[in-house]
Amino acid sequence: MGTDGMTGHLTGGLQWNLGNDTRQLFAYHFMVNAFRAGTVVAVVAGAVGWFMVLRRQSFVGHTLAVVSFPGAAGAIWLGLSATLGFFVGSLAAAVVIALVPRSGSGSPSSEESAVIGTVQAFALACGVLFVSLYGGFLDSLTGLLFGTFLGVSDRQVVTLALVGVAMLVVLGCIGRPLFFATVDADVAAARRVPVRVLSVVFLLVLGCTAAEVSQITGALLVFALLVMPAAAAQQLTARPIWSLAATMVIGLVVTWLALAVAYFSIYPVGFYVTTFGFAAYLLAAGFRWVANRSGSRRRLPVMGVAAA
Amino acid sequence: MTEPDDTQRPDGVVTGPQDVAVAFRDAAVQLGGRTIWSGVDLEVRQGEFVAVLGPNGVGKSTMVKAALGVLPLSEGTASVLGKPPGVAGREIGYLPQRRNFDAGMRVRGVDVVRLGSDGDRWGVPIPGGERFLRWRRQQRQRVEEVIELVGATAYADRPIGQVSGGEQQRLLIAQALVRRPRLLLLDEPLDSLDLPNQAAVAALIARICADQGVTVMIVAHDVNPILSSLDQVVYLANGGAVSGTPDEVINSETLSALYATPIEVLHTSDGRPVVVGQPEAPAHHADRHAEHGH
Repeated sequence: MGTDGMTGHLTGGLQWNLGNDTRQLFAYHFMVNAFRAGTVVAVVAGAVGWFMVLRRQSFVGHTLAVVSFPGAAGAIWLGLSATLGFFVGSLAAAVVIALVPRSGSGSPSSEESAVIGTVQAFALACGVLFVSLYGGFLDSLTGLLFGTFLGVSDRQVVTLALVGVAMLVVLGCIGRPLFFATVDADVAAARRVPVRVLSVVFLLVLGCTAAEVSQITGALLVFALLVMPAAAAQQLTARPIWSLAATMVIGLVVTWLALAVAYFSIYPVGFYVTTFGFAAYLLAAGFRWVANRSGSRRRLPVMGVAAA
Repeated sequence: MTEPDDTQRPDGVVTGPQDVAVAFRDAAVQLGGRTIWSGVDLEVRQGEFVAVLGPNGVGKSTMVKAALGVLPLSEGTASVLGKPPGVAGREIGYLPQRRNFDAGMRVRGVDVVRLGSDGDRWGVPIPGGERFLRWRRQQRQRVEEVIELVGATAYADRPIGQVSGGEQQRLLIAQALVRRPRLLLLDEPLDSLDLPNQAAVAALIARICADQGVTVMIVAHDVNPILSSLDQVVYLANGGAVSGTPDEVINSETLSALYATPIEVLHTSDGRPVVVGQPEAPAHHADRHAEHGH
C-alpha cells in the first residue's frame, strides 16, 4: 500500500508505506517500551474489565483509577516513583471500598456508591493539591490525567508485566467461581462458593489493574481499556469464553493502533485509545442491531414478557 | 435414571431411617435475636413432594435455608439426607427466591445451567476442552439432558435476561437438577409467573419428583397450582408449624385457625381441592425480604 503522493507534514513524517512506517515506529526505544507496556495493560485490562462490566462495578473501577492520580502526584511530590504511587493509591482505595458493608446478594448498595463517590471527589482534590505543592508543571498534570507514553522506562515495563501476570494468574484461579458469584450469587453461596471473599479479591485485582491502566491512558481515561473493549465484546456474543477472548483482542488492537497513530500525531495517546475504543463499541453495537433485526421474527413475541 | 444411592452409601453415617430425606426435631431459628419459629417437628420421606405454606414473613425461606445449612438452628436438631444440614451440599439442588435476571445480562441460559454443575470449581474452563477431557464431555451431555428435561432447548442459547420469567424459571430448575440431586429445595418457584406458566412449571416439578425419584420441598404462597400433586403439607404460622397430609391440613377448619381468618376449601367437579379466601399471592411481594433480615 504505498502511494508516494502523500508525505506526512507532521513531526514523525508519516510516509504511507507500511514497511517504512513500521520501522520508523520501532526505531526509538521509548516507542518499543510503549508498545510493550501497552500490550501488557491491554490484555490485563481486558480480562479484568470483562468481569467488572459483568459485575456492574464500572463506577468502582473508575474511582480506583481516579484515586491512582493523587497517589502518583503525591509520590512525585515526595520524590518517590510515580509507578509506586499509582499502585498505592488504587490499592488503598480498593481496601476502603472493600470495607463498606454490602448487601447479602452481592449487588452494590446505594450506600456503597455514595461512599465511592465521596472517596473519588476527595481523592481528585488531593491530587490537585499535591501537584501544586510540587510546584506544578502543567505537563505532568496532563500526563497523569490523560496519559502519556513518552516516559515508560524499562523498569516500569518490568513492573507492569510482573503485576499483570500476577493479576492474570489470580483471575485464572478464581475465574469460574467469580463468574458464578457474579451471575447467580445466591445459588453460588448455597454451593459454598466464598462470594464475599471473591468480591474482596476482585476489588484488589481491579485496584491493581486500574493503576496499571492509568499509567498508559491517564487516570481519567481508564475506561478506554477497562470498559470499552468488554462492552463491545459483550455486544458481539453472549458466550462467556468467546466474549472474554474478544475483549482482549479488541483491547490489543485499540492500543496498538492508538500508539501508532499517536506517534505520528501531535495529540495525546489517551485521546486515540479512547476514540478507537469508542469506534469498536459503535461497530459492535451496530453489528448486534443488525443481527437482532435479522433474527427479530423469533424474538419479537418474547420482548413484552421479558420486561415482566 | 434414579440412582440407588441409599444402598451404597460409603460413609455409613445415618442419623435416621434410610428413607427420611429431611427431618427437623424440636427445631427453632433465630434471626437478629427474634425467634422466627420454634418447636418444629417435621419428617419428609425420600421421593415425597412437600409444600411449605404460610403467610408472608413467617419464615418459609428460613426453613429452606436451615435445611441448606446456610442458617444455623438455635435449638433442636435437623438432618438432611442422613447428615447434618450443610454437609450434603452436592446432593441438594437449590432454587432461591428469585429476582429476575437483568435484561442486559449477556450470558446464555445454557451457561447459567452449566454453572450449577461446575460453578464452584476453581480455575477457568479451557475453550474446546470437550475434545480431550472426558468429564467436560459428560458435563455437556448432562447439561443438554436437563435442559431438554425441562423443555428449554429452544431458548437455552439466548441471553438469559431476554427470555421470559417462566422460561428463566425452567432454566433455573435445570440448573438445580444438573448434578442429579436427591433433594430439591425450591423457594417460591411459581412466584411472579402468570397463571398458565404457574401451572406448567408446577406440573414440571411434579413430573420430576415422580419420574426422577427426587424429594421436593417447595415454598409457596399459593397452594392451588401444586395442591393435586402434594404428599405432605407444612403450614407455618404463629411461630410454629403444622404438618400432615394435604387432607389433614388443607381443610377449612385447620386453615381458618392457622390464618385466623375464614378460609374455605372447596372441591372442583373433578375432585381437586381449591383453597378460597386465603391471602392470594400478590403480583409483587414488596414485603418478602422482611423475612431475610438483611
